[in-house]
Formats: sequence, C-alpha cells, structure tokens
Amino acid sequence: MFDTLTLAALPPEDEALRPQIRAFIASHVAGLPADRRARSWQGFDAAFSRALGQAGFLGLTLPKAYGGQERGPFARFVVVEELLSAGAPVAAHWIADRQSAPLILGYGTDEQRRSYIPRICRGEALFCIGMSEPGSGSDLASVRTRAERTDKGWRVNGQKIWTTNAMHSDYMIALVRTSGTPEDRHAGLSQLIIDLKAPGVSVRPIVDLTGDAHFAEVFFDNVELSADALIGREGEGWKQVTAELAFERSGPERIYSSVVLLDAWIRHVQAVGRGDAGVLTGRFMAEIATLRAMSIACTARLALGESPVVEASIVKDRGTTFEQDLPVAIGDDLAAHPDEPVSDELYRTLLYVTHIAPSFSLRGGTREILRGIIARGMGLR
Amino acid sequence: MDAHALLEPFDRMLAAISAPAAVRAVEAGGDASAMLSELAQSGFLDALVPEEAGGAGLSLAGIAPLIEAIGAHAVPLPVAETMVARALLARAGVASRDGPIALATAGVPGQIVPCGLVAAHVLIDLGDRLVLASADALAVTPTGVHHALAARIGWEGTPVGRDITRPPAGLRALAAIVRATLIAGAAHRLLEVTTRHANERVQFGKPIGRQQALQQNLAVMAENAVAARIAAQLGCAQGLDVSLAAAAVAKSTASSVAARLAGTAHAVHGAIGISEEFDLQLLTRRLHEWRLADGSEGYWNGVLGAARLADPAGSVDWIRAEVFA
Repeated sequence: MFDTLTLAALPPEDEALRPQIRAFIASHVAGLPADRRARSWQGFDAAFSRALGQAGFLGLTLPKAYGGQERGPFARFVVVEELLSAGAPVAAHWIADRQSAPLILGYGTDEQRRSYIPRICRGEALFCIGMSEPGSGSDLASVRTRAERTDKGWRVNGQKIWTTNAMHSDYMIALVRTSGTPEDRHAGLSQLIIDLKAPGVSVRPIVDLTGDAHFAEVFFDNVELSADALIGREGEGWKQVTAELAFERSGPERIYSSVVLLDAWIRHVQAVGRGDAGVLTGRFMAEIATLRAMSIACTARLALGESPVVEASIVKDRGTTFEQDLPVAIGDDLAAHPDEPVSDELYRTLLYVTHIAPSFSLRGGTREILRGIIARGMGLR
Repeated sequence: MDAHALLEPFDRMLAAISAPAAVRAVEAGGDASAMLSELAQSGFLDALVPEEAGGAGLSLAGIAPLIEAIGAHAVPLPVAETMVARALLARAGVASRDGPIALATAGVPGQIVPCGLVAAHVLIDLGDRLVLASADALAVTPTGVHHALAARIGWEGTPVGRDITRPPAGLRALAAIVRATLIAGAAHRLLEVTTRHANERVQFGKPIGRQQALQQNLAVMAENAVAARIAAQLGCAQGLDVSLAAAAVAKSTASSVAARLAGTAHAVHGAIGISEEFDLQLLTRRLHEWRLADGSEGYWNGVLGAARLADPAGSVDWIRAEVFA
C-alpha cells in the first residue's frame, strides 16, 4: 500500500539553486528576532515578495511564456525549504505562487493566464483563497455564497471567513454556488476570480490569539464581475478545488512550521551546555529527516504531473502532528529546568508557536478530514 | 541486475518455504535445513557479494525490497543478516561459510541476538574488529520467551573465530538499517491484513472498517508504515558504508512506529489476534523483537541528538548534510 511514496532525490540542477536563495535570504531577513521569524508563512512583507519575484524565485513551476522559471516542483521545494527554515516572511506571495497560479495555468483561458500569472511571478498580484464560510468549514460542499449570471457576467452575494491575508490581497479565488442549493452538494459549485477592489466587497480583519490579524471576513454585496471571472468550467468547482488542495497539502511548509523554534531551543541548549537534551533532540532530527524524505517523495509525484491527493494527506497529517508535538516537548524540557534562565526571545517564540499550533492541523484540511481521505485511499470508505 | 525483477521470484520462493505453518514449525524447535538449502541454492544469500567474488553485486538499496519481503513473510532464519555478513566476508577476502549468520552488535557477552537459536555462525562486533564465530564455539541460550528464536549469546574471555575488518560506523549501524527494513516489510504486510480484516469483519450490521474511529486509526497506521519504509530507504541509500546519522534516522523511526503499528493491528483484530493459531502474532512478535534489537528508538535518538548538539548549523542544514548527503 502507498508504494508510490518512495525515496526520491532532489535533482542536482535544482539543488544548485540553494546557494543563490540562501544568499538572497541572508541579505534580506538577517537580524529578525526568532519570534518574528517563527511566523514564517504567516509573516507578511510585500516588498520581500516582490524582491523574490525580481530575483526569479517565484513561479518556479510555471512556464516561461507566462513569466515563470519553468523548473518544476523540485526547484520550488529547494527554495521553499530555505525560506521556511530561515523563517523568511513569505505570506504575501505564498498562496498565489503555491496554488493560485498553478490553478489558473491548469484551468484558465490563455487570456486569464496572461493576465494573472506574469504578475504573480513578479510578486505583484497577491491572492487569497475563498473557501470557508460561517456555516461551511470542513463541509466545503455546503457553501452558500452565490454567483448569478448577468448580462455582463456575474453578480456575487455572500460571505467568506477565515480567509488568510484577504485584507492584503488583490484577488480571491472563491468557491461559490452557481446553480442549485447546498443540498446539491458537489454539483453546481464553481470557482471565480474576484477583484477585491470591486465595489461591494468589504474585508474585516480578524485578530487571533497571538495578537496577529492574518485572516479576515470578506463580504460580497451585489458584486458585479465580468464573464471572464469564471476560472475553469462552471459546475466543476469541486473537482478543481480538490486538485488545488493537493498543491496546498504536499509542500515542505507542512513539516517546517516549528523549525525556527527548534533551532532557537537548540542554540539555548548549546549555550547552557546541558547534556540531557540529546534523546529529545535526536527524536526531532529523526522525525524531520523522515518527513523531509516523505515530502520529497510527494514532490516527485507532483513532478510527474500527478495530483497526489492521498500521499499529500499522509505527509500533511504526519507533518503537522510533529509540528504540534514540538512546542509541547520543548516547553516541557525548558520548564523541567526551572533554575535555568530562558531568554525573552526564546520564551516568546515558544509561546507563539504553542498558541498558533492548533492552526497547523486546521488550515488546508483538518486532521480528521485528511485521515478520512487516507482511509478512502485504503479502500475503507 | 534489476532488484525489482528479482523481487517477484524471491517473494514467490518465500511464500512457498516460509508459509505460516513452516514458520511455526521452526519456532517450535523443528528442523530448518530444508528451508535453508532452498535459500542457499537460490543464490540470493550472495545478493550483496560483488560479482567478481561470485555474487550478484547488488547494492543495499537494491535489495531493500527483498529484505522487506523477508520481514513480511516472518522468515524464521537470519536471511537478511546472512546477506550482509556474506558481503562483509567477501569484502575482507574471507571465504564464505555455509549456514545462517546472526549479527551480535553489542560487543559484550550475554547479549540477545535475533535468530540466535537458528544461526550456524555469529558475526560479533568487538569494537575494534569483527569476529566470525561458529555457534558451536559460543554459549547459545534460549531467552525463554515463547516461540522466540532470539538467543542469549555468550563467550568466555574473547570469542574464538576469524577476525574481519570492522566497518567504520560499526556493525550495529548496518544491522539497524537491515532491522529497520525488516520492520518496514512486516509493517506493510500488517497494514494489508489489518485493512482486509476491517473490511470483512461485520459488527453492528456493517464492516468495522466503515466506522470512522477505526478509519482514523488505520490512516495513522498507514502513515506509520510509510514512515518506516522511507526511513529505512534513507538508511539503505548509503550502501554498506553507512553513516551513524542515517542509521539512527532509519532505526529510530522504524522502532518508534513498530510498537504502535502492532498495537493498532491487534486492536482492530480483537481477541482472535492474540491467539496463537492466528497468524497475526507471527508478525507482531517480530515487530517488538526487532524494535528492541540493535538499539531502540531511544538509543538511536541519543546518538543522533549528541551529534546534532555538537554542531552549530541549523537543523535542516545539518540533516541535509548528515542524512541526505
């Protein structure tokens, strides 16, 4: 079972990108404290994303004809691994580069591709994903936001919520109902590209328990869109979203969310010269190495042009379990030495990751949903 | 030679000679010589021996699917260990020995060695060299664990046998990778039989595999089996000259999932799973034995962590250099 997830190597030509991206990161994010870097793919810096685009580090999987680098998923793995392990602020371009552009490439018209993808590759068009609604979380097929046909295109009414970076984004790719009712489930859903500057769109940021506001509510009040807002085929939204989520679930971001905390803790242990942290450190290293091999194996399936939905779910569930386990174990280790001072920076990093960790197994599909997908892949449902 | 082309005939042979009844017979003290002569005649025992020395010249990564098959069939002989030992003998220019060879990786007398009861020879790591000793020249004592083929291996003073050059990382690292691969093979077989059982066993009017609670547990079991295999592959990728770090990742991961996999398999099977006549125990007893053999997850985590903490690099950089290089 799952013989497709087998050891694969990063091609040398993609490994060759590593020194370049490391130099870029060193010159752009040096000096950020660990508790800022721990935000990593929730850290928003539009200037940093544009600089990445100018340097050719965005659109690595996308064709040159649309402004991409035409290198493939392995190249993206190398660049993303370096960005995440350094804790670079990648949120601005993250969703556009990871899934919106591949979605537009896969399902869009040539006009849509030419309109959006070159700007995404330059880090200039920022995207968010409109999936969740107040009454529609894991049960995505129950979305109620509606788009009706008009003479000129579409009219959208409804509401999205928990939309990451909606307040900073230029566009939302929204899953909406274009026919039928929520009882029709997967039928009648479509994806629309919504210009968030259009009249009738309002965005209200939501503050989270760490004090950050990375997600938002988005309201659509008679928003008029042209006909070319539809991406892909009307009524095919569910199939398109499923393919899109394979991109979202399979990358190295699903194993490295806590790695800045891990390195901050190791520097602490090294500085105090403590000898009792070896077994815990080794456990973390074995977990990361195994997850890295699994993530590269999944990337290899993407590189073959597959949509590894079940494999990606395996990597994400195991990866986020590790990412959530890590702050709990580090908290125990530090507090098991109550007479050993802990710096403000390490303490804030620990508590930031501890508090935000529940989101790791919520965003992009909850743990329970992913395990259901794996069980289906095993023929159990 | 392509290892995948070899897997099918090898697997077919194991299915024929190592059926559950045959495994039980050997575990009950029966004669394994027929099984052994089939294996010897097949030529597979020299899979890792260089071609110029009369072997198949395959790499450790190349025969990993074969080692997994040995684990999946619960073969009651140290077949994978013998393959590795024969490769080390060939490398040292020492004439091969007939019969199964077990690996004693601890360096002290009294250690527990898997398949020690059915080994003709034991390759012992003494820290500065390896010694190939005849089982007749050693004290081989059953552990007393029901139907276990592991034995306590002892000697007086220094074990008598042929000296062989010790691999730089030691025999334990190599044995740990082989053990992790055996665990991966048994884990995937366990996953198959457990999933099949969940789809067949009916309770509350439907197969128990339709229950979400079981589905969630079986999904985690699948993740663990996948993790064990890929970690073992990371270890095998370095060939016979393994690094301590790669061995540590392989065995730490495989050992840590072995007990959990066995637990879920038994939970899904219910009471019948712990009965002697049901085949499940042939796999789960081995998973527990192999988890403990050649260093548990705690041992290898300690090795890995000490090396990591001695290095100022970032964790991802360190792993790339030490495990993936």
